[in-house]
Amino acid sequence: MGRTYVQKLLARACGRDAVEVGEVLEPPVNLAMSHENAALVLNQFAGIFAGTGREPRVWDPGRIAIVFDHRVPAESSKTATNQKKVRDFVRAQGIGRFHDVRGDRGGICHQVLPENGYVLPGEVVVGTDSHTTTHGALGAFAFGIGATEMASVWALGRVLNVEVPGTIRVNVTGRLREGVHPKDVALALVGRLTAEGANYKVLEFHGPAIRTMPTSGRLVLCNMAVEAGATAGVVPPDDETRRYLNETANVWKTFDFFGPDPDADYELEVDLDASSLGPQVACPHAVDRVKPVVEVAGTKVDQIVIGSCTNGRFDDLQVAARILKGRRVAEGTRLLVFPASWRVYSEALRTGVIQDLVDAGAVVCNPGCGPCLGVHQGALADGEVALATTNRNFRGRMGNPKAEVYLCSPAVAAASALAGTITDPGVAAEQREEVTA
Amino acid sequence: MTRGRVVFQVGDDVSTDILYPGRYMATVLPSETPQYAFADHAEFNAKLRAGEVPAGSVIVGGANFGCGSSREQAASCLKGHELVVVARGFARIFLQNGINLGLHMVHCPTIEAGEGDELELRGSEVANLATGRSFPVVALPKARQAIIDAGGLVPYTRRLILAGEAATAR
Repeated sequence: MGRTYVQKLLARACGRDAVEVGEVLEPPVNLAMSHENAALVLNQFAGIFAGTGREPRVWDPGRIAIVFDHRVPAESSKTATNQKKVRDFVRAQGIGRFHDVRGDRGGICHQVLPENGYVLPGEVVVGTDSHTTTHGALGAFAFGIGATEMASVWALGRVLNVEVPGTIRVNVTGRLREGVHPKDVALALVGRLTAEGANYKVLEFHGPAIRTMPTSGRLVLCNMAVEAGATAGVVPPDDETRRYLNETANVWKTFDFFGPDPDADYELEVDLDASSLGPQVACPHAVDRVKPVVEVAGTKVDQIVIGSCTNGRFDDLQVAARILKGRRVAEGTRLLVFPASWRVYSEALRTGVIQDLVDAGAVVCNPGCGPCLGVHQGALADGEVALATTNRNFRGRMGNPKAEVYLCSPAVAAASALAGTITDPGVAAEQREEVTA
Repeated sequence: MTRGRVVFQVGDDVSTDILYPGRYMATVLPSETPQYAFADHAEFNAKLRAGEVPAGSVIVGGANFGCGSSREQAASCLKGHELVVVARGFARIFLQNGINLGLHMVHCPTIEAGEGDELELRGSEVANLATGRSFPVVALPKARQAIIDAGGLVPYTRRLILAGEAATAR
């Protein structure tokens, strides 16, 4: 039997001919990413060296990235103090890939890493954030770990206890229709697999709809892989990966791309037909309570959030702006936009996307994770309903256990902002055409 | 073999947002996180904070316990109260975080127990003394057990560093 993509990647990383599913490895780490929780990592890191008589030194300051994104600018003195501690540590250890609260190079870690060329195909990437799965879009094996695990990585340069995961092959056939987006594929897939359906496994994405999908969309699929419990999501790299690395990340290195063996041993194969897929919505309070948007159309929405590491990229903002341009957000509904990075924000400024959004009544906030996990702006009142392009809708996720959160694509979010109720963007477009005709 | 009473029973897919709501994430130190354990379950949280839940008490969970975020506070806040989690299944990052911090977790795929039941944790099985029924336990992978035996990942990694130095010295 042949090997899956991640099996082959891990074998190369560990200098082995082949590795078996279930085998425990300690692969060297190419990139170790943290955000504000680096404050906890450095606390545990100091603990590791306590009593050894050695100065705590990270194994390689060039392989550590720290990106402030969860609470920027600091919302409290407590956060400000944590950020200051991390800043001091970064300076003392000489960590280069540090993205502070800045308008020229800041943003959400899962956008900052790819757009700066920090993640490369074939690499092993760990991050103290569950959505580290995002980086599988570039052909890396990227997964979330806790802060103490990261402290151990900072000390050793390798990650302990990696059991070679089994792989689920996801074949996305056909072509996405107008108004249907990678987020709809991700939601449909999580709905099919359930929130634990891919626990301890990798989702490996294939098929014509993936091959024709830009990296920005692949990042969405891999980002949401963790919502089905997956350790990682991965798209075997191709010409599109090379294009993104060249044009967006300014990486010109040549790569020895590889794919899974043709006879790779998958634990499960899932087929999804993009051509017959319509817009999807995940309903409260579970990311796998997924329904076609038409089934919940008409639900009144108090707040809409477009942004996050899932859907805050330029394409997402552009999709929303096209729907909102020259129109108005419904009275009684608030639309908040959080671009995924300052680079995205700048591009949206230059191209007039921000202007269109603001003219329509959107509040464009600074890049960050904020409202997605209820830690910074965009809080909800008891009984309020939110519709968001984010990734989770667990009870309390947006900060209030008495509020409800629906998840959707940027197109559904924008169309719903105009109506004030959950709306199918296709139906909204048809109605507009009828009015103008 | 230890005994503990079930103090809280929860269903499937209990997320880290339930265990430790995101709004308290600026609090990071294991010494400070226990006050926010199950913060949105006001009654249970109040009992924990009042010190009315003895060490070794058991939370019984369904499948995919600890799903969602990688926040380690979700494990450290339970460890701070020395709670034991017996669940039908654990989400990957939570399981590893719990092991790294020395949280007592038991993977028991068929567990049936309600609040107030006394459980006996026998290693290979969990006995519900209230119902007289026993449920098999899935052992942790060996490599993970080694971390627990070392007292958590901080001492485990310290040992690796010191062993590495000793090897270099030879």
